[in-house]
Amino acid sequence: MAARGEPVAIGPVAATGNGLRHQHLAIAGMVAALAVAPLVLYPVFLMKVLCFALFACAFNLLIGYVGLLSFGHAAFFGTAAYAAGHAAKVWGFPPELAVPFATACSALLGLVFGWLAIRRQGIYFAMITLALAQMLYFFYLQAPFTGGEDGIQAIPRGRLLGVLDLSNDLVMYWVVLAVFLAGFLLIYRTIHSPFGQVLKAIRENEPRAISLGYEVDRYKLLAFVLSAALSGLAGGTKAIVFQLASLTDVHWTMSGEVVLMALVGGLGTVFGPIVGAAVIVSLQNYLAGLGHWVTIVQGLIFVACVLAFRRGIVGELGRLLGKPL
Amino acid sequence: MTEIFGVPAPALFGQLLLGLINGAFYAILSLGLAVIFGLLNIINFTHGAQYMMGAFTAWMMLNWAGLGYWWALLLAPLLVGATGILIERLLLARLAGLDHLYGLLLTFGLALVIQGIFRNEFGSTGLPYAIPPELRGGQNLGFMFLPNYRAWVVVVSLAVCLATWLVIEKTRLGSYLRAATENPTLVQAMGIDVPKMVTLTYGFGVALAAFAGVLAAPIYQVSPLMGADLIIVVFAVVVIGGMGSILGSIVTGFGLGVIEGLTKVFWPQASSTVIFVIMAIVLLLRPAGLFGRAS
Repeated sequence: MAARGEPVAIGPVAATGNGLRHQHLAIAGMVAALAVAPLVLYPVFLMKVLCFALFACAFNLLIGYVGLLSFGHAAFFGTAAYAAGHAAKVWGFPPELAVPFATACSALLGLVFGWLAIRRQGIYFAMITLALAQMLYFFYLQAPFTGGEDGIQAIPRGRLLGVLDLSNDLVMYWVVLAVFLAGFLLIYRTIHSPFGQVLKAIRENEPRAISLGYEVDRYKLLAFVLSAALSGLAGGTKAIVFQLASLTDVHWTMSGEVVLMALVGGLGTVFGPIVGAAVIVSLQNYLAGLGHWVTIVQGLIFVACVLAFRRGIVGELGRLLGKPL
Repeated sequence: MTEIFGVPAPALFGQLLLGLINGAFYAILSLGLAVIFGLLNIINFTHGAQYMMGAFTAWMMLNWAGLGYWWALLLAPLLVGATGILIERLLLARLAGLDHLYGLLLTFGLALVIQGIFRNEFGSTGLPYAIPPELRGGQNLGFMFLPNYRAWVVVVSLAVCLATWLVIEKTRLGSYLRAATENPTLVQAMGIDVPKMVTLTYGFGVALAAFAGVLAAPIYQVSPLMGADLIIVVFAVVVIGGMGSILGSIVTGFGLGVIEGLTKVFWPQASSTVIFVIMAIVLLLRPAGLFGRAS
């Protein structure tokens, strides 16, 4: 075995600036597919996929474009779920206020956690985010408003803007699709913006980015807050859709699942996290009755992906087509 | 009854002892993590699962083969360490030259697999493991009752930690290890079989975790998830101490265990979060960790 030498950074197939047309075509195709999907598939399943897809996209913004592996993203997802649930059920917020409130809570939390975690890099960053998320888990376990082991149940879906009755699954689906697309397009716009270019520069060579005069920590923190806020958007929406916020949403297994989704789909790809979320959520549905086999299979997928399939599904596809997806 | 800061002395010392014991596990586990990280550049997420495997190996040896605690203390680290060597040879060795984060992801996946298998096999509830007859009972120290087994755990953990430190700092083998941590290529060029050393180091770190697991079996129940939450606390301990120093890991481990025990006495609600809060404070004041070197 060769000595362990210079690390090869986690990253996508080299993305060139020219020719984003195929990505725009792919987005159009995705929107079309999601528009007809409820005719074929159960809307509740689709909503679950969309919530997790947004969560995974938000996570991927950090690992794929800044090179920061957060192992505590459940903190933002779960915090938003509790915030949305509490606001909708106890304070009687309508969904159009409950979800933005939840997103704001996660963004604020992201500001604090990010401020602490960006002091270290690489492996330490992962351990710190994991530990901070675990701290929050223990806090929620004891806090009175989370309902402890029971969680917040029977969260009302309510009426959007007083007009749309969200208790209808199909209506809820269109709303979730709109939320997902808004979040996705924001991420898409971000990674192709000058800000996104700086993030990629930091990922590729942090000392060089510093020497070029970029205040790296501010860029990292901003990306972290954005990622946390969008994870919150996903978590808050999930709480409204499934009318449930529980400790599962903040547990480290949830943090692991979102890592897995991004990894399976392809770290640092635009569409990978969406495909990964669809694969993992389907897998969970399929294996739900088989006890702890879900965990075992997820673990095996982790091992297989790291050893032999590091580009993920979309990464491999992009390589075959010769175009970054 | 004597009271200290309004807390009955036996309760205070009892929690202090429990804190020391938890600290012993933090110390042994973070020591193993640090040694592995030094040479392999991998944060071994499987460490918690391997600690659990140590406890289960002791349980299986007792219930399936009739081999008692002392055999388990000797054999379980060897057996679990051997599985660690297999993992290193078959899986981790393939990650050479990749980003360190892939090591974390791979070992996280392994931890899920191992924990899942044990949960399928043994269920999620804990299994009891009796204290060995030689260590039952306890001493009345006047101010508190000291159970023999708990005293034994603290003493033997300290001994193992110090022995590890001596081996690494004072022996020829340890000097190879430290040299390979600094510059594996150069050490290899001097004719030392670095890959073999990497494998054995991983096996040793894993064996330490399993040893801690056997020690823990009579105190906590043996359960498939006993290592899952513990490993996250140990990560925080590692961040607080920094992985640069072996003695630092030991001191940080025991110290944080004691602080956690004291928190349990004075503010029980905060006891599960206190180590994470300390981690946040250390990150603000000394980002490289108490014993770490700024990179």
